[in-house]
Amino acid sequence: MAALVFLEHHDGELLKGPLGVLARAASLGEGEVAGAILGAGAAALAPEAGRHGAAKVWVAEDPALEAPLPQPRVDVLAKVVEAGGYDTVLFAASVLAADVAAGLAARLDAGLNWDLVDLARENGRLVGKRPALGDTVVADVGWKGETAVAIVRAGTFEPAETGGGEPEVVQAPVELEGFSIRAKMLEQAHEEQAGPSIEDADVIVAGGRGLGGPENFALVEDLAKALGGAVAATRAVVDAGWYPYSAQVGQTGKNVAPKLYVACGISGAIQHKVGMQGSHVIVAINKDANAPIFEFSDLGVVGDLHQVVPKLAELVRAKKGGQ
Amino acid sequence: MKIAVCVKEVPEAGAARRIDPQTMRLDRSGEAALNAFDVNAVEEALRLKEAQGEAEVVVVSLGPARAVESLRKSLAMGADRAVLVSDEGAAGSDLVATAGALAKALEREQADLILFGQQSSDSDGAVLWAAVADRLRLPMISQAAELTVADGTATVKRQTEFGYDRIEAPLPAVVAVSDAINEPRYPSLKGIMGAKSKPQDVLSLADLGVSADLVGEAGSKTEVLALGPPPPRGESRKIEDDGSGAQQILDFLVERKLL
Repeated sequence: MAALVFLEHHDGELLKGPLGVLARAASLGEGEVAGAILGAGAAALAPEAGRHGAAKVWVAEDPALEAPLPQPRVDVLAKVVEAGGYDTVLFAASVLAADVAAGLAARLDAGLNWDLVDLARENGRLVGKRPALGDTVVADVGWKGETAVAIVRAGTFEPAETGGGEPEVVQAPVELEGFSIRAKMLEQAHEEQAGPSIEDADVIVAGGRGLGGPENFALVEDLAKALGGAVAATRAVVDAGWYPYSAQVGQTGKNVAPKLYVACGISGAIQHKVGMQGSHVIVAINKDANAPIFEFSDLGVVGDLHQVVPKLAELVRAKKGGQ
Repeated sequence: MKIAVCVKEVPEAGAARRIDPQTMRLDRSGEAALNAFDVNAVEEALRLKEAQGEAEVVVVSLGPARAVESLRKSLAMGADRAVLVSDEGAAGSDLVATAGALAKALEREQADLILFGQQSSDSDGAVLWAAVADRLRLPMISQAAELTVADGTATVKRQTEFGYDRIEAPLPAVVAVSDAINEPRYPSLKGIMGAKSKPQDVLSLADLGVSADLVGEAGSKTEVLALGPPPPRGESRKIEDDGSGAQQILDFLVERKLL
């Protein structure tokens, strides 16, 4: 196996997700493990990639790679795969990585398996573990053909320093297709509002579209206050302007793993689930008995949150007051 | 302007789902419906058509013959035409095989704008647009929370892990919309009645000039090797609120020593 890991970076730092994938690839212990860092400041990040398991790092700092847009990255990675003879290309799930991985799979006519929660070598071939049907089964998935492309679920592997030294740094060939540079970034990563962080809270009470309107976030805030926790929101309600982006949990928001996660009026779309499924205990309140959230809740209550949530806040206060 | 919307038929939400242990594929024999996330894409196409005054909206899908029924929902909402690529030989196609066949169907349409929903609810796939855009050699923008089209340019506001981006691309382009982009309309009775008489073309792979070795299992580069149970999450309880729901949550939190 010769594996290439796409090392996404933001604000001058390599992201933890791909560093975790790099560590996992290195731990499989067969063949070369390399990283690709594309965009401004790439070369400066190469030593960190080396410490996390990359023996070789491909870098490119072309102006067309400055904005985190996927298509020019597909062009560069396709050439790197060819030049370096890689048979495996690994990604940690993100908005950018998913688009790059799928474009690359199409370009190389390669298999793409996504949402993997583990990677292993079995009988000399790469095997991925892929939960399916609302995580009720786990499929062992494989690849046919020359190149395997994989997207690993966010937060799956922890980064680890492997004791590796300075990596070999190689300039990646930059030959861009006309259609790859037609999309232009006008404004990048603009945070609409700021608020307190939810990443360190032990208790999180989260609200989704089932709240019915922004004014009902007061119910969520009150329960969070009673439980001594923080307030989180789904992407749907953040995009609708009901709550600030900084409170968003999910694929395009924050990953959280509190001791208790109370989901109010949240259906449990995959986009939200990936950001909170590591929570120790999940309680869900939703009026739709078929909501996917109930498939991965420890306690699910099918009912009207406008009744249940204020009553629960009252009971929690009474309980705490009585102690 | 011509807008193509890529949609998929999926098992009905709430229906029991299983993977056939023989074929290792999702059992699609039960009740089916239009993938809910694709309905946002259909809605966005209709809104663009209404804003532009004149446009044709065509839904394009790859699936079993009976998927025509699901496509009819988009026609009832207001789409003008449906194209279904349906062929026994395409069953079991993975991402790249699906992208190849879909790209061929889209090439015939020569749409100015190609829209996708944000994920399929059956396979949780959320990447097809990027593979299709690469096959079509078109610019692509994903996760659109707002979309405007003016002067031959699509402009998108979209969310990533780091905040909001604004991205533009000249048409023709591929845009994948998020489910936050709009609240889809319900089909009107008139729309439902009129849907059946709208053009619904069913194409075979041969019609598209797609050779059999590029689709289905032969054309797929991934495979399911085995199925196993998930790692245990512990006991999961689901109760109906009969007025005691809040009390039951409180008791549960005490039991788990969270209070």
